[in-house]
Amino acid sequence: MIQALLFAAAVATTPAPAAAPTFKIEHPSTKYPGEEEIADYAHAPANAGTTPFEGDGMWKAFHEKAGVDRVVDELVDRSLADPRISDIFKSHDMVRLRRTLKEQFCYLLNGGCDYSGRDMKTVHKDMGLQNTDFNALVEHLQVAMDHEKIGFRDQNRFLAKLAPMQRQAVER
Amino acid sequence: MRKICAALLGAGMVLCAQAAQAQTEMREGGKLLLTEGVSNIEGAGGGGIATWALITGYETRDGIGANVHATGIQLKDYQFRAYGAAVGIRDRVELSYAHQEFDTQGTGVKLGLGRDFTFSQDVYGAKVKLLGDAVYDQDSWVPQVSVGAQYKRASQSGVLSFLGAKDNSGVDWFVAASKVFLNESLVLNGAVRETKANQTGLLGFGGPGNDNYHTEFEGSAALLLTKRFAAGVEYRTKPNNLGLKEDDWKDVFVAYALNKHLSVTAAYVDLGEIATFRNQRGGYLSLQAGF
Ligand code: HEM
Repeated sequence: MIQALLFAAAVATTPAPAAAPTFKIEHPSTKYPGEEEIADYAHAPANAGTTPFEGDGMWKAFHEKAGVDRVVDELVDRSLADPRISDIFKSHDMVRLRRTLKEQFCYLLNGGCDYSGRDMKTVHKDMGLQNTDFNALVEHLQVAMDHEKIGFRDQNRFLAKLAPMQRQAVER
Repeated sequence: MRKICAALLGAGMVLCAQAAQAQTEMREGGKLLLTEGVSNIEGAGGGGIATWALITGYETRDGIGANVHATGIQLKDYQFRAYGAAVGIRDRVELSYAHQEFDTQGTGVKLGLGRDFTFSQDVYGAKVKLLGDAVYDQDSWVPQVSVGAQYKRASQSGVLSFLGAKDNSGVDWFVAASKVFLNESLVLNGAVRETKANQTGLLGFGGPGNDNYHTEFEGSAALLLTKRFAAGVEYRTKPNNLGLKEDDWKDVFVAYALNKHLSVTAAYVDLGEIATFRNQRGGYLSLQAGF
């Protein structure tokens, strides 16, 4: 098995970082009233960090838009209430974060959304995030998914999509 | 509270679990439960008898996690006991210690060693993660790979040399690869070990006319069934230096994480023939407390 794994290691390719087709420039401050002004940026689906699932299985497993909205809201609420990581979110625009996270989850779960946010590397840059922070966030996501009664295997399939974003979000 | 937990480990598991659960709901869960493995019989992070590439302990804020464990196996003719401690440093280095006792119980009389004659050994281990991350790197096949060494020193050197063992101490070297396949909720591990150890070292190292290293294999597969519950199988090959028909070891196990700090592993093990007594099967129970 070791040999199989090592062989796999040799042939595995890490997906190229978003050399994405840039569709248009997003002007968030004019488009989303209620959100703070931020600099314009290139809008591209690849900003979501990875490709969506195929089919509608995962979208249904998350109870579609209503379910995803509940999961994201609880994820953000729990993160804001967690003394380990709440400081990181202070002074950031939580209205925008909730909206873009809902878009991102919907996009990844193949719910037919457009992800209008920035890419994962840019947005988490200079936050000094550590694995502990990442794991804390995952922990809250797991609880939120539990409360939404999403099956454990489907939770893990979704986490499999998010886990590699650790390399983009966490700066060692 | 966690200190109490550790102290209670042998006896008061349930009590301890309740106390830990009362801590804070929020911190519960953490890094995927159980994906850090439990302590195996040699004290290293792994399953029950197999070694994983994962570094033991849930990473903490300052990056150091530690745990203690106690394990008992009641076989048909013998009893095996082990306890130990391990630290994981920055998810990179693991240092471990385990003390193992192999109690011949009534069988000691038949072996001419006397009732309850007990072989024992101390195992000092070090493991270093070389590459990969078993959990985060879900977009590639690259496993987490670690290398390690274990210095083992057995007691009863008189009996061991009478049995034909060349030495009562030895060093094992291993390379381990582990991968959590989140998409499949599956954990796979494989390790290659260079060893001279007889019955992992309890019966000494090397044999008559045979003091060479042997290449042995350890593998395990576990299904993550819920956030707290995993079940799997393990297999471990061993050298046969003493001419005592030493068999491969295998087991089926379930592991349950009561919370981030406490887990229990139960297994049905088959250790084959040991010192001429065949079919050494039985129940395995291990408790681990991390802090
Ligand atoms: C898989 C892991 C993660 C994903 C998928 C994710 C996703 C996102 C998304 C979609 C945005 C908004 C992008 C935009 O405004 O254009 C964002 C922003 C943010 N994220 Fe994350 N994130 C992850 C990990 C984390 C972690 C671990 C933390 C901290 C504990 C964190 C803290 C923040 C903060 C504070 C913002 C606001 C940034 C700003 O307004 O400039 N994120 N994240």
